Parts: sequence; structure tokens; C-alpha cells
Amino acid sequence: MESAVYSADFAAVWLTFKLATVVTLLLLVIGTPIAWWLARTRSVFKGAIGAVVALPLVLPPTVIGFYLLVVMGPHGPVGQLTEALGLGLLPFTFPGLVVASVFYSLPFVVQPIQNAFEAIGERPLEVAATLRASPWDTFWSVAVPLAKPGFLSGAILGFAHTVGEFGIVLMIGGNIPEKTRVVSVQIYDHVEALEYTQAHWLAGGMVLFSFVVLMALYTFNPARRNAA
Amino acid sequence: MTFQISAKFRVDRGSFTLDVDLSLPGRGITALFGHSGSGKTTCLRAMAGLERAPEAYFALGDEVWQDERRHHFVPPHRRAIGLVFQEASLFPHLSVRGNMQFGQKRAARVEPRFSLSEIASLLGIVHLLDRSPKQLSGGECQRVAIARALLAEPRILLMDEPLAALDLKRKLEILPYLERLHHELAIPIIYVSHAPDEVARLADHLVLLDEGRAVASGPLNSVLSRIDLPATFADDAGVVIEAAVAEHEADELTRLEFPGGKIYVSHRHEPIGTPLRCRIHARDVSLALTPQVQSSILNCVSAIVIELAPTDTPGHVLVKLDVGGAPLLARITKRSAESLGICPGLALSAQIKAVALLA
Repeated sequence: MESAVYSADFAAVWLTFKLATVVTLLLLVIGTPIAWWLARTRSVFKGAIGAVVALPLVLPPTVIGFYLLVVMGPHGPVGQLTEALGLGLLPFTFPGLVVASVFYSLPFVVQPIQNAFEAIGERPLEVAATLRASPWDTFWSVAVPLAKPGFLSGAILGFAHTVGEFGIVLMIGGNIPEKTRVVSVQIYDHVEALEYTQAHWLAGGMVLFSFVVLMALYTFNPARRNAA
Repeated sequence: MTFQISAKFRVDRGSFTLDVDLSLPGRGITALFGHSGSGKTTCLRAMAGLERAPEAYFALGDEVWQDERRHHFVPPHRRAIGLVFQEASLFPHLSVRGNMQFGQKRAARVEPRFSLSEIASLLGIVHLLDRSPKQLSGGECQRVAIARALLAEPRILLMDEPLAALDLKRKLEILPYLERLHHELAIPIIYVSHAPDEVARLADHLVLLDEGRAVASGPLNSVLSRIDLPATFADDAGVVIEAAVAEHEADELTRLEFPGGKIYVSHRHEPIGTPLRCRIHARDVSLALTPQVQSSILNCVSAIVIELAPTDTPGHVLVKLDVGGAPLLARITKRSAESLGICPGLALSAQIKAVALLA
């Protein structure tokens, strides 16, 4: 019985790690162009788009979870699309959890990268242009290397924040072992069942993990201290 | 390979308008000279394609980079330009060598005009190649930036006050390298500056910009010796004389000769025959009807008055003289001009109180 409980814990840890990794990678892919656009645009929509990206910082996870559930559910536009494509419905699946986490952790990745892009300024990009680098070339050979600290911060914060979420996971993912039951949910279950020992080692593990991650962020990346 | 650089820009920024139509020589150093806010940097950025003006034309010989009437605009990265900014702006994530190779790799010519090692030794940075830009002094950074620009195989080198951010010592350290570029590379250089001494030392062709307009454009001395220019430039009125070292005399004086005569300066180290530019301010030239023998002023040349013009200094006039074919300016009081009866055609003696050597 004891070992079964522990194996469920390990499954939750593994699932959490898998989720955070997939979400972080997706966020780097999605967040980078958004950050670049926000850092460089003079469009009137900059404020609006920036606000949309930042919404998860202030909204309760349940609000985002609720809307995602509606949109991805059988009557929602995304739900109908995924069903038409033969993918089934996203809620209560791992991919559904990934989609929800991407929304929820977006500002944590976009903002440090955006700050880093803004800090580069116009000059290095102009220099690159006068040295025959196309805008695409300049982005990869100048902007990305110079914004490396921002990417590092963004990736770390995105990963850690995905690991730490609870409300949205419960709403979109439910509580399905090895599919959607991540560490935060597992801790909740243990506490509900009065299994304080298991809750302790998972919760303690989370505290330690978060501490190490943030310490690494602040120690090796002092420039981003304010942004984070 | 002589060609003309045609630059026509009209940039309207509310409070500021740049409106120039220039035809510049495709060789040597052309200085865009003016006070801050005169539009010289905007003009340079427009040449690089970093600013796009709605009415613009820019061509090097028959290579047209911008002709807005025909909606033709070559973006900066497709123009064979080298641009050196006031701040060196080296890429901090690359070594000195990496910085220099950045443009070189992308220019990728089958037959590069210069190799990295040639340019590195021309600019005296061979020993710095493996360092990070953070370890360089301001002067070294600027030399690397110049090398980086040259290795991108530019057809034209644009320099935006490359010395302005440096202290005097660093400036003096870089100037000889700029002169070497001038003598050893066949690339036209457009040099933006607000420092009269740099311009006098380096430029062959001079464009004076004032409030977004080119008030004069022509060979250095013909512009410098114009006496009808706006008062803003009159403070520094003076000419540049191209002289050569003729003799090192026993009493620690060096004799320079130019077509209009000879000039003595403190002992110089340059060998005989070396060309030297010197600048003579109008305020340092006085006039006498007969050669002054009882005077401590050693430098005295025969001159003919060409014209007189009023100057901004109250009670003074500017006199343009011909000295053996070279122009010379003198600023004297109106009272002296009247009492000496100075008028065009008069032959007299010009005493030069000070000579600034520019090398």
C-alpha cells in the first residue's frame, strides 16, 4: 500500500516535470515573437496586446480555467474544431493541460524576454544592418544572443510557474492519475486524505525546488532582478 | 574610378527640416560640418538607409540606392556601406575578431579587397583580436569599429563623429589611422564632424550644413576661404595650407614651403619632403603695406587682396588674400582697413602670428 502511494507521487512528479518542460518549450516558441513585437512596435495596439499577455498575472486561475473550459468544451469553438479534426476534446487531457498552462504562464516568459529585447536598443540592430545582416539574420545573430539573460529568466520563470499552478490544472485537467494529476493536485489529495507524511515530502520538495530555481535566477542573472 | 555621389534628401520632422541636394566626389574625405542640430547625422543616416525620407535620391555613380520618385529603396543591409557611429557599438557577445568577421562573412566577396590581418595591422589592432570588446579602451574600440566597417567591403565609408566621444589623447591616437585610410584605401569617406580641427586636418571636400541646409559645398579651401558664409562659421574663419617640410634649421625651427612662400614652425620630426597641413586662422593674420623687418613675427608672406567682407565681430572686416595661388584670410579692424586703404588688387604683406599644424 505504502509503495503504491509513493509510486503515485513519483508519477505526479514525472507528469509535472513533463508538463513544465513541454510548456516552457512552447512558450519560448510562442513568447519570443510576441516579446519581439511588443519590444519594437510603435503600433497603437501595443498597450492592448501587452495587457492581454499580462492578464494571467492578475486574474484568478479559475477565471482563465473557466473560459478555457467553455472555449475548449464540446460547445466551444475550439472544442468543435478539435473534434472536427478528430482530436477529441482537450479538457481533462494532457494536451488540454498544456494549452491551459501556456496561457497561464505566458506573461512570465514574455515579459523578461521583452525587457531584454528593449534593453538592446536600436543601435546594435542598425550596426548589424550596416554590416549586411538582414533583419532575420540580425534577430538570430545579434538580438537573441544579447537577450540571452532574458531568455534564461523567461524559461526559468515559465517552468517554475507551470510547476506551481493548481487552480487552472484542477479546472482543465481534473485529477486523472498519470494524465493530469500534477504535484500540486497530488498534495491537495494527500491533505484531503490526511496523509500528511506524503504531503510533507512533496510540499517540502516544491519549496526546495522553487528556492533553488529562484536563487539560481538571482545569483547568475543579477541584471534581471528587478524584472523578475 | 572616379564617380559622383548624388544625395538629395528632404526630411521633415516638424521643428526640424533637412533639405539637401549634394553632389560629392567619389574619392577622398568629404566632411559634413555643422553645429549640433544642423542635420549632419540625419543626412548620414539617410545615406545609410537607416532613415527613409519620402523625397530622396541617393546614388554612388550609376548604382542607385534610393530613388523615391520611382519607389526604389535598397534597405541598409543590401547597401555596400560601412558606418562608424560615434560610440563604437561593438557587439559585446563577440570577440574583436568576431566583430570584424561579422560584416566580412556577410559581404562574402570572391576576391576580398582586404584581408582581416591587413586591416588589423592598418589600424594597429592585431594584438587585440582575441580580446572581448569589454577589455578595450575607447580609442581601441573605435579602431575595431572602423576595421569592422571596412571588412564589410563598403563602396563608401560613413563616419558619424567617430572621435567625438573620445578625449583628446584618444583622438590624437586615432587621427593618424584615419589619415592612413585616406591615403591607402580608395574608398570615399563621408565624415560628419563639428570639430573644425578634425575637418581641417582630414577633409578634401567640405559641406557646411546649417539648420538642415547645405550652405556651401566644395573643395576644402575654396569653402574655408569663402567670406560670405553665415556668421556661425566666422568665428573659426581660416584656411588650410598644404605645405611640405623643406628644411630643419639649426635654431630648432623647421621651414615649411608652400606655393605662396615659406612658414617657420617649431622643430618637426618629419623627414624633408613630408606634406603637412597647417591651419591659419583669420584672426592670426595681420596686414602691412610694406614687409615688416623690425618685427618679431617671422612668418611674413606677400599677398594680393581679393575681396573684403563684413564679419560678425564688431568693428572688423574679413579680407581674402591670394598668396601664390593659395587663399588666405585675415581679420582686421575696419579702421585699419580704411587707414591702409585696403581694396581689391592691392599688394601687401601678410604677417602670420600663429600656425596650427594639423599633423
